[in-house]
Amino acid sequence: MSDEEMIEKIDYMKNPVVLSATHVSKCFKLPTEQATGLKQAFINWTKGIKGYKKQEVLKDISFEVHQGEFFGIVGRNGGGKSTLLKLISQIYYPENGSIAVTGKLVPFIELGVGFNPELTGRENVYLNGSLLGFTHEEVEAMYDDIVEFAELEEFMDQKLKNYSSGMQVRLAFSVAIKAQGDILVLDEVLAVGDEAFQRKCDAFFTEIKKDPSKTVILVTHDMNSVKKYCSRAMMIADGEVEAIGDPETVSQQYTLANLEAEEKAERKRQEERGGYPNGLNERCPLLKTIAVSPKVCSSADTFKFDVEYQYDEPGDFYLAIALHDIRRGGITYDTGAKVLKMKRHGHQTVHFEMPLNLFNNGEFRLITSLRTPSPSDPKGTDAVGVALDDNACSFVIRDNRNREYALLSDRALTIEPLDDSQVEKEPA
Amino acid sequence: MKQLVTNIRDRYGYAWTVLQGLVKTDFKLRYQGSFLGIAWSVLKPLMMFCVMYVVFGKFLRMSDGTPTYPVVLLLGISSWQFVTESTNIGLRSVVDRGDLLRKIHFPNYIVVVSATIGALISFAINLVVVLIFALVARVQFTWRVVLLPLNIVELYAITLALTLLMATMYVYFRDIAHIWEVLQQLVFYGMPIIYPLTYVTNRGGVLADLARLELLNPFAQTIQDIRHNFIAPETQPTIWNQFSNWGIRLFPLVFTVVLLWLGVYLFRRNSRKFAEVM
Repeated sequence: MSDEEMIEKIDYMKNPVVLSATHVSKCFKLPTEQATGLKQAFINWTKGIKGYKKQEVLKDISFEVHQGEFFGIVGRNGGGKSTLLKLISQIYYPENGSIAVTGKLVPFIELGVGFNPELTGRENVYLNGSLLGFTHEEVEAMYDDIVEFAELEEFMDQKLKNYSSGMQVRLAFSVAIKAQGDILVLDEVLAVGDEAFQRKCDAFFTEIKKDPSKTVILVTHDMNSVKKYCSRAMMIADGEVEAIGDPETVSQQYTLANLEAEEKAERKRQEERGGYPNGLNERCPLLKTIAVSPKVCSSADTFKFDVEYQYDEPGDFYLAIALHDIRRGGITYDTGAKVLKMKRHGHQTVHFEMPLNLFNNGEFRLITSLRTPSPSDPKGTDAVGVALDDNACSFVIRDNRNREYALLSDRALTIEPLDDSQVEKEPA
Repeated sequence: MKQLVTNIRDRYGYAWTVLQGLVKTDFKLRYQGSFLGIAWSVLKPLMMFCVMYVVFGKFLRMSDGTPTYPVVLLLGISSWQFVTESTNIGLRSVVDRGDLLRKIHFPNYIVVVSATIGALISFAINLVVVLIFALVARVQFTWRVVLLPLNIVELYAITLALTLLMATMYVYFRDIAHIWEVLQQLVFYGMPIIYPLTYVTNRGGVLADLARLELLNPFAQTIQDIRHNFIAPETQPTIWNQFSNWGIRLFPLVFTVVLLWLGVYLFRRNSRKFAEVM
């Protein structure tokens, strides 16, 4: 059993609870009138205008984080993640419910809070440290570590305004992760620095994950880091806990929610256009690709889908189906324009299937077009209708054995060395 | 006893650390980029004193004729400067440090206190300058000098109280900054700082009685006490030698305590919402 698998096995639930939120709700008063003046306040008061409207950001949120956990919080923009983080960090106070924290919590809502361009790097580290509640002696003890991690040894006596933006961020991030707190709260701060620095951060996170005394709460949009580091994750949507538990499941749910939101937006756009959806017209009023299989598949699955169309004009016509890779871009596969010749006119539904074992993880979209032979070019075709937006069908491949980076899986294609005496292949 | 010490350390340790950090930074940045640097903190009051002395002492002849008058004038002005500096910086401090308050949790009152402490440091430097002037002018110090710290504590308390109150209001109503700008002029001229109180009281009559009432203002009372105890016990009237009624004598002190309580109470009640309101 490897080191990392050992970590997976630790049952954090038996550890003491270091952070607990019970029935937390929060609403904000959004000013409808500008009320930062005595006059306006007086006018509002005499007229009985409240001058604000209430917006409920978090509704009855409860969860617990145990010592040593790497806890991920995901959710779409505007879902209440950042508000929750500020509540945890005690910058905001909940309207109802309570949040209890045991131990020293070090929040990083933003990197480099209180950094002053007129101070030197060294002075900024001490200032930042003292704002986070570390005494001069405590910062002194962490100082060398911080500077070494930021790789800024020669620049510490330079003023911060002479730093490049990358250097500033590196310094801020190093303070953040080297700060010796019990609970570290990080808000989307992972994507900083060049590749070498990223690798260092990666190593650091892997290490801190193993440390049973340190608890990390991470808010992010990056599902890869959730899966990689988190021992548990929680998804927030519309101010409520949508899912909590295993990071795999939660990140799948998050991906699905994003797809759904996209589809919703497309449907709305179509309604705005009125009449025919984008890509369709009176000749071909209906063309739709519909998923039959679940939208989250593994590599072993065969993806089944239907194409529904309405075409009444006499003469030959074809369906062409293209597979688009949403994340990597490009067209992964195409049936060819003159291959799938349809036998029946009118309103029809055709069933298709496609094996998925060739691909690594990814988000894909099937786009179908209905084509007729081109009168001018005997080899070519003209598209009559295209199933775009809402009429296209999106699905996701998620498989533990798969990788993220390349399109084709290493089980579908391998590069083999010709001479075994030169190369030794490590088992994947 | 030990338990008490650890309790205090747990409760205020963080606040103390943050306060140190903020005050140090402010002080470092104050004369950032100037050639004379920290020397300005002594030079500036010196130059201001010279201007004031020439204008009020020589041209306008507001002097009460005593040899200690210039030093008394300097002392009064630097005391009032402490009040204006800490209120004017302090009342904006919560909003100015908004980015901090919105991103980390720390006791909000620290930003206000750090502004007043910064002004207090300048005041201390000014006092040293005044002391040098006093030595040059051969002022006879008396045992009353030991009362000086008490007077300064009172001046600090009333200033902090006012600053806390206005800082709270400033978050909601920016108007308060302008109101205070005008009001502080009124307070300044309603106090015997650039004119000696004896200048008015010597005229006798109703005016003299009214002028004596200026001492009910805690600022006037403390600044007169500071002058009386530090430099000139013989020439400086205070509330203690102008009134015999203890109700009147204690009024400024009671007012200070009440205002401080009110300031702390209102600030604490509203400080939870500062991060959201700003």
